[in-house]
Amino acid sequence: MARITAGVGCSHVPAIGVAMDSGITEQPYWEPVFEGFEKSREWMKAQKADVVFLVYNDHCTVFDATCIPTFALGCAPEFAPADEGWGPRPVPVVKNHQKLASHIAHSLILDEFDITIMNEMEVDHGLTVPMSVMFGDKGIDDEWPCLVIPLCVNVVQYPAPTGNRCYNLGKAVRRAVDSFDEDLNVVVFGTGGMSHQLQYKRAGLINKEWDTQFLNRLTSDPVSLSQTPHIDYLREAGSEGVEMVMWHVMRGALDDDVEEIHRHYHVPASNTAVGHIILENKKDQKAKI
Amino acid sequence: MGLNKDYEDIPGTFVFDADRGREGYHLNQFCISLRKAPNREAFGADEGAYLDKYKMTAEQRQAVIDRDWNQLLELGGNIYYTSKLAANDGINFQELAGLMTGMGIEAYRAMMLAGGRSPEGNRYQHEWDEKGEK
Ligand SMILES: [Fe+2]
Repeated sequence: MARITAGVGCSHVPAIGVAMDSGITEQPYWEPVFEGFEKSREWMKAQKADVVFLVYNDHCTVFDATCIPTFALGCAPEFAPADEGWGPRPVPVVKNHQKLASHIAHSLILDEFDITIMNEMEVDHGLTVPMSVMFGDKGIDDEWPCLVIPLCVNVVQYPAPTGNRCYNLGKAVRRAVDSFDEDLNVVVFGTGGMSHQLQYKRAGLINKEWDTQFLNRLTSDPVSLSQTPHIDYLREAGSEGVEMVMWHVMRGALDDDVEEIHRHYHVPASNTAVGHIILENKKDQKAKI
Repeated sequence: MGLNKDYEDIPGTFVFDADRGREGYHLNQFCISLRKAPNREAFGADEGAYLDKYKMTAEQRQAVIDRDWNQLLELGGNIYYTSKLAANDGINFQELAGLMTGMGIEAYRAMMLAGGRSPEGNRYQHEWDEKGEK
């Protein structure tokens, strides 16, 4: 049986990808950003995930304004890195576990989550940057060490789905994975954030206290955290901070009882507070021992 | 009864909602076209002819030509779209933010290195009004 064992929360700042692709990660500006992912890469390797279920948003790259799905599930065989205006990132094509993706699509819709199914899709930095920080440098001729099922969430045109909806979607993803027959270890990534505002005169807003309480409550108080209204993200964590709703999908897919394995927080990467957390289901930890 | 747009009193911020999406549709579609290299070349060769293909308003068109980054947002643009026009010009997200805040690229970068813009005094429009900040 397939099972979800752990979750990863992670910012997906495009400049992090640019720093890796241009080999400047050891410069003083970037060193503290990447230092916090060293342990994560070891953990990721030891985790031996078969599939990553990766929740992210497209940044008006693949989805233009003609069609704005709130939730879109990647069901194509593979997903190539997209050209975002400065050439595609030189990282491997992402391969799907297509049968599991189809199973999840089927299960979610019957579970009353009316998702959009993507049978062709490219992926932008929202997906490839978390892969890079968690798996390390990979060239276009390499392969990612596991399969990836992408779930795109609209967080660009207001309103994004509520935190509550995202949390409950995570629960539905969990039910879908639990009912898949193949023996697979699935890790869920919730990406985006943390506090940042990219636009207009208030650009550059960072709220470390707010981000810290978000990280704290993600482990111990996830249900009430998922009730945070959008206005709190916009006002307290910046207009683009609302991306953090995607972390609730990850948290919803885990057990109620989780242990925080690792945390990393750093300001700045470009305009953004970089936040990262690794959570494991407690009962899966016992199973390992 | 209208929708409660409780986010309209956040200073210095345009929340890109469905009304703004409607106003900015053609502008944003123009911007996203620039993510493809052949389109960037065509735009670079003749901006006016390229812009003629998009049904934006005269004001939006002028804001594109002027690279008036704040006005593009005021007229329904969204940052993830306008950043494609910026990328075409060799301007990255952080430089674009430096321009939009009016601080300039260097001062903005220094602010981010020092921990970013604090939420204190930057949550409500009345806080900016009292400071005389526009
Ligand atoms: Fe993002």
